[in-house]
Amino acid sequence: MKAVVHTWFMVGRQARNLMREPIWIVLLLVQPMIWLLLYGQLFKRVTHLPGGGFGTTSYIEFLAPAIVIMNAFFGATWSGMAMVSDLDRDVIPRFLATPVSRVSLVVSQIVRSALTALIQGIIILLVALLLGVRVHAGAAGWAVVLIAAMLMNSAFAGISQGLALLTRKEATMIAIANFIGLPLFFLSSTLISLRQMPHWMQELSRYNPVNWGVVSAREVVLPGTAWSSVGVHLGLLCALTVATAAFATWTFRVYQRQL
Amino acid sequence: MEGLEKRYGEVQALAGVSFRVRAGEVFGLLGPNGAGKSTTVKVLTTLTTPDGGRAEVAGHDVVREPDAVRRSIGYVPQSSGVDRDATGRENLMLQGRVQGMGGRRLRDRVDRLLELLGIADAADRVVRGYSGGMKRRLDVGLGLVHGPQVLFLDEPTTGLDPEARTAMWEELAVLAREELLTILLTTHYLEEADALTNRLAIVSQGRVVVEGTAEELKGGLQGEAVIVELSDGQVDEAAEVVRSLAEVREVSADGRQLRSRVADGARAVPTILSALDSRGIAVESVTMHRPSLDDVYLHYTGRDFRAEDEAGGLDE
Repeated sequence: MKAVVHTWFMVGRQARNLMREPIWIVLLLVQPMIWLLLYGQLFKRVTHLPGGGFGTTSYIEFLAPAIVIMNAFFGATWSGMAMVSDLDRDVIPRFLATPVSRVSLVVSQIVRSALTALIQGIIILLVALLLGVRVHAGAAGWAVVLIAAMLMNSAFAGISQGLALLTRKEATMIAIANFIGLPLFFLSSTLISLRQMPHWMQELSRYNPVNWGVVSAREVVLPGTAWSSVGVHLGLLCALTVATAAFATWTFRVYQRQL
Repeated sequence: MEGLEKRYGEVQALAGVSFRVRAGEVFGLLGPNGAGKSTTVKVLTTLTTPDGGRAEVAGHDVVREPDAVRRSIGYVPQSSGVDRDATGRENLMLQGRVQGMGGRRLRDRVDRLLELLGIADAADRVVRGYSGGMKRRLDVGLGLVHGPQVLFLDEPTTGLDPEARTAMWEELAVLAREELLTILLTTHYLEEADALTNRLAIVSQGRVVVEGTAEELKGGLQGEAVIVELSDGQVDEAAEVVRSLAEVREVSADGRQLRSRVADGARAVPTILSALDSRGIAVESVTMHRPSLDDVYLHYTGRDFRAEDEAGGLDE
């Protein structure tokens, strides 16, 4: 119970601080739309490629749910930066001398990151709606897309927090985020259908968590939802989230032992 | 606390630190960088666990009842632990909440502290715009929100200019009285220990070398300090000469300076000067003063405080 209440306090702290950064708020709102509009125009015609596999002729319909996931994923890879700055400034040691729930210090960072992904996900879906995209599975579909986005974000935020606690260096964090971010992005069906990819990439993408998120979100947006596929992929994301959250709490203990 | 030990890999940070602080007093841990002061504080504030020995704070064992200790203490870390992107008030409110306070009681307490610390006007501004002294006062406020019994101050005035430092000393003295606090502070400023503490312990290389009031420690060194500045660098030879004199008790050399302790300065100085003169060692100046904590440090550790402080470099 204490852990939940303290997590809430800590999320509140981060949210208040972020709300004071007008640039951050603008980017939060505008950036996802840019992805949607830019990629939407750039790859407009790919749905007509021989071999297909897009499940729709509207590229924006194919793309929108994937952009929600992609945005959640990239946001997560940076989520550890806030932890690095708290460590740098001795905010964490100051809290450690109080009875604050230890878990809340890490989990609040992940929750804050996931809530950001949720807000951005809603914006993207609304913009997509204006562009004529319909979520065919209806309200349940909206829920699935947003849950997938939050799980996607939490899973990688856990890794990012863990790396922040282990390396405690912004430069290292940036290097790692770039190193894992783009390959996982291109090894997924975010921009193009699996059937258009080389065979080996199709195989690899099955094990790519980014693709799990894309598949589950896309299933509910396009007509003819295969709910079993949605269930399996969301389950995989859940398991990964639990694992990376455990990794992050373990690294927090490693950090405490070094004090 | 008794026989506290802590090692970091190859480095033995604490090699059996023991001392006792009485309720209501201001106790100082004095020592150069790297002596083990901050590590001692980290053990007492439950930030780290000792490898040996035991420690109690406000009647609670730091290893077995860490949460009870955390509720009874306030901790002001060496480098400011404030959240710079939040306002002063938000910082204090959050700190109070994780200490289990809330509602009206917390709001009143925060208002009172802001007033007491003289940052009420800046309470709703983001900390990023605070001066060094204001930030430090907010740090102290964060340690005090929940009305702790014991306050730990790790180098409370490091990085402050002399004026802000003196102001801080005065404020801490007032707070200790008003809040009925027991304060444990670490410092590597001898003046600070002298000005602020009721009692102090000198820490060197992970051990407490001596413990007592500043006056007691200085009193233990009867006589006066005589400092001879040489014109050129025959410092080793000069030390040899002065050491051989019957009137002189302790001699140490630092650069071109020769520090010695004597029972009666007025009588010893001519003897020292003529002995040096007979060897053809030219003297630039001679000064004489009552023992300071510098001399106490030199006496008990056999090392010069300032030289040690600079050599200590790698601090905890």
